[in-house]
Amino acid sequence: MEPQSCVNIHKEWDIVGARQLGREMAKNLGFGTVDQARIATAVSELARNIYLYAEQGQVCFEIIDSIERRGLCMMAIDSGPGIADIGQVMQDGFTTSGGLGAGLPGVKRLMDEFDIRSEVGEGTKIIATKWIR
Amino acid sequence: MRIPILKLHNYLLISIQTEIDDQTAIQFQEDLLDKIHKSGASGVVIDLTSVEIIDSFIAKVLGDVVSMSDLMGAKVVLTGIQPAVAMTLIDLGIHLKNVPTALDLEQGLIKLQQELGV
Ligand SMILES: Nc1ncnc2c1ncn2[C@@H]1O[C@H](COP(=O)(O)OP(=O)(O)OP(=O)(O)O)[C@@H](O)[C@H]1O
Ligand SMILES: [Mg+2]
Repeated sequence: MEPQSCVNIHKEWDIVGARQLGREMAKNLGFGTVDQARIATAVSELARNIYLYAEQGQVCFEIIDSIERRGLCMMAIDSGPGIADIGQVMQDGFTTSGGLGAGLPGVKRLMDEFDIRSEVGEGTKIIATKWIR
Repeated sequence: MRIPILKLHNYLLISIQTEIDDQTAIQFQEDLLDKIHKSGASGVVIDLTSVEIIDSFIAKVLGDVVSMSDLMGAKVVLTGIQPAVAMTLIDLGIHLKNVPTALDLEQGLIKLQQELGV
């Protein structure tokens, strides 16, 4: 397992920094342009959610390189307010900020694997992976 | 960072060349509405050929800009959306249904003329 690269998210511009790093890593790993765009978009959604709802946190990337498969794993971690009802926030169109409510359900569709854990008052951790086909 | 807005006859032309952050997107929305108001332009083409990523926030701003311009009496056409961007938008569940689009700037201008019936 390769070491992690992390981007701290605490100002708006960090969203751009995180998605650029995500795209760069995806490109170097050999993902095609469409999957690079999918990965960059997913990073953008997760980083913006951290910035908007938790104020600060981290997005980390890890290259998964095993005999069977290769891929890119991203982890978005914050110690913000947490999410009370995960089922609700995973619905298309659900938003508490006047957005499109497309972010989280979108990330789930953009990536191959998606896991969300959250505790009210503790924070949120989302792990998503894309495999090279 | 500010996105330049060019005027050509009755139209406004915008080619987005930079990575758009949230602030730039909001600023662009304001600038465009202001320019429509001041110039009395009847049509707008926003060319997205160089845009490599449209996430839910930028999609919302673009959709809003189209509706707002429409309210002011100017038709907007989006052009040059890259295949990869189109695919990610669909994954996000964003269909931009009421937004006129065209392949490139030239087709966009033709579409505007059709929409405006000139
Ligand atoms: N890291 C987080 N911490 C706390 N709440 C969150 C977090 N991420 C998302 N949420 C909650 O989940 C809701 C849905 O998030 P999602 O990203 O799907 O949509 P949105 O951010 O509201 O709009 P969009 O992403 O389309 O601009 C948010 O409105 C917010 O209430
Ligand atoms: Mg969001």
